[in-house]
Amino acid sequence: MRAQFAILPDGRRHFHDGPIDLILQAWGDDVAAAYAAAASRFATILDELCRELPRLRSAGGPPPQGVVARRMTEAVAPFAQMRFLTPMAAVAGAVAQEILAAMTEAAALERAYVNNGGDIALHLCPDAALTLGMVARPDRPSLFGKARITGRDKVRGVATSGWRGRSLSLGVADAVTVLARTAPQADAAATLIANAVDLPGHPAITRAPARARDPQSDLGPRLVTLAVGPLSEAEIETALDGGEREARQWRARGLIEAAALSLNGRIRLVGADASHYTFERPALSEPLHAQG
Amino acid sequence: MSDDKIRCDACPVMCYIRPGLTGACDRYANENGLLVRVDPHVLLDRTLEQGGRVAAFAAGSESWSGDIVGGRHFVTAVGAGTTYPDYKPAPFIVSSQVDGVDMVTVVTEGIYSYCGVKLKIDTDRHLGAECAVVRASGEPVGHVTTGEYGSQMLSLGGVNHLTHGGKREGRVTCETLLDLCNGKPVELAIDGGATVVVEAGKPPVVNGAREHRMRVGCGSATIGMFAKQWFGKVDEVVVVDDHITGVLSEHQAGKLLGTRDTGVRMKGRRSTPGRYFHVAEPGTGWGGAAISDPLDIVAGFNPKLAWPGLTMLMVSTTGEQHAFYRLNQDLTPIQEELPETLRESVERITENCEPALSTVLFMAGAGGSLRAGVTENPVRLTRSVRESLTTVTAGGAPVYVWPGGGITFMVDVTLLPKNSFGYVPTPALVAPIEFTLRLQDYAALGGHIDEIRPLADVLARHGERSTNVFVDGVIAR
Repeated sequence: MRAQFAILPDGRRHFHDGPIDLILQAWGDDVAAAYAAAASRFATILDELCRELPRLRSAGGPPPQGVVARRMTEAVAPFAQMRFLTPMAAVAGAVAQEILAAMTEAAALERAYVNNGGDIALHLCPDAALTLGMVARPDRPSLFGKARITGRDKVRGVATSGWRGRSLSLGVADAVTVLARTAPQADAAATLIANAVDLPGHPAITRAPARARDPQSDLGPRLVTLAVGPLSEAEIETALDGGEREARQWRARGLIEAAALSLNGRIRLVGADASHYTFERPALSEPLHAQG
Repeated sequence: MSDDKIRCDACPVMCYIRPGLTGACDRYANENGLLVRVDPHVLLDRTLEQGGRVAAFAAGSESWSGDIVGGRHFVTAVGAGTTYPDYKPAPFIVSSQVDGVDMVTVVTEGIYSYCGVKLKIDTDRHLGAECAVVRASGEPVGHVTTGEYGSQMLSLGGVNHLTHGGKREGRVTCETLLDLCNGKPVELAIDGGATVVVEAGKPPVVNGAREHRMRVGCGSATIGMFAKQWFGKVDEVVVVDDHITGVLSEHQAGKLLGTRDTGVRMKGRRSTPGRYFHVAEPGTGWGGAAISDPLDIVAGFNPKLAWPGLTMLMVSTTGEQHAFYRLNQDLTPIQEELPETLRESVERITENCEPALSTVLFMAGAGGSLRAGVTENPVRLTRSVRESLTTVTAGGAPVYVWPGGGITFMVDVTLLPKNSFGYVPTPALVAPIEFTLRLQDYAALGGHIDEIRPLADVLARHGERSTNVFVDGVIAR
């Protein structure tokens, strides 16, 4: 048994296997059954994915076999018609969704979440709600906003992407948090919107081919962001404009519900006014995300 | 792929990692061509931040004293990882030089489908009838077993609850065992008996009341121990005990001192003079009997022997409960305040009691495939343990290995590093186990000689896959 299961002091569960780290929590009747179902589903999920890794790292190919692999492929399909994107763009969200499904099948839950490194699948009964904190820089964890999601919203997936995160990004956004109907959809969209917050050719941005960082990266020779130097106010706005256009495009197609884009302490919101959920901006007494 | 990349085999993603970079997990990195694990540094920092104790990695000049458990550095199996069934050699097979003899420690985490805990709960209170079912979250997880000196034994877990009961029963049993082994408090309800909160190394809480003291002895023994201190200060002493209630004037100790007969008539059955069984039903009151008024166990006084003004002390086996009486003209005991002259003797009983604790012994059988991780010829490992050629430890803690077949052992869970236990959804518990033996003996029993790595290698190149093998109790998880 390679997977590890731990109960955190506050009762949340921590599952770990290879590159997957999940934090999960459930409320409702027989949460123990939900946790047990989650654990037994988790035990094999990495092996299932690894069997089809070459296919999942490719933008095209025959439909994969595994249920999670298929969900990844389906989630990226509407985006992949217009952008380069492999099923790996949805892997974290798809794993979160699969574990959440195992939990809700095993027990009648009022609410639950599975957080796979910032890509989160949610379960909410109509009267339930969850508040999520958004973090721009994992190296300096402080909230740049909150999203409150209720059971009456369509949102069941949340994902965050940015060059400072664990995955490689083509853009310069510190973080892009996306609310969507499913976690894999949010995952894929966050990747693309973060890629679109960009200043092509800008001298202060250090880039390298993805393969130089990760020999097996699905991004191949594409240039990924390694560091971002000083940017002017106008450049920051220009970069955020690009991301906002991308976000609006996906929102118009019904693929996302809302997005929050963060760059150098500037925050741009898309779709935040249209529904029950809210992005709250904390009162900033000092520039939380100043470079340096 | 060029040579500077290394391939990580920690998980099935099998990342190629370039020098100075990490794999997909951010945990394993390529440091100058060596696969190193990077996250324990964070854990180490946190341990230091929280004022935890850590051990330095061995410097080159240091050598092992040969003391397996008490030494400064012992590679434990905590976090070593394992496979089940054991089709691969154990994760770490470590050799070190001890007095010129190569010692081998085979370090693995065992997955135990056959395991449980034995609980010793220091209390006089009646927890439940022998064989009564012990429940956690409503599920049967074990039973009440023997009553021992000052304590009640419970036996939890075992294969019948873990895998042969209902699905929920197995899961709850696994959780209960895990929490008990990791030193967490667990509430247990006994059919027809008490509810008790058990936490390894802490006083038990019976029906909401924290137990403070373990009895100084049975009622009869208490009479024997304190008779001299009572003689001349009080006419009669009754030490109330559900098992053996003692009566000073009848007891051999009183007789030797020359105490006068008081004519007190006890309920229950007289075993030998001054020693009474079954004075009441077992319960959670005085001395583990179902009484709150100690006079409930006194049937009366023989008018031919008793006299008005006769004084009597009634006290429990921990001294925590006591009452003092004087007989009136009708030979009816009337309670009075405890005289100062007797207070000291009551306090002396309390003073001589040890603190009441709950003790948790983890019991498991390493008889199955786990042995195959150690040797190609599993039964030879069993024989080697039998012949004391191989020392077994769990997380560095000494274990008791049961005589007879298999490698069935028991260990005090408080001796293991905290949170050494884990679980798999099978359900079964995961616990560290180490086998230490001489290199030549290891070779003789068909050990995985090719897998042996020098201790210095494991310690110094701590970043390698072994980094979550922690030495000297550095906590891993």
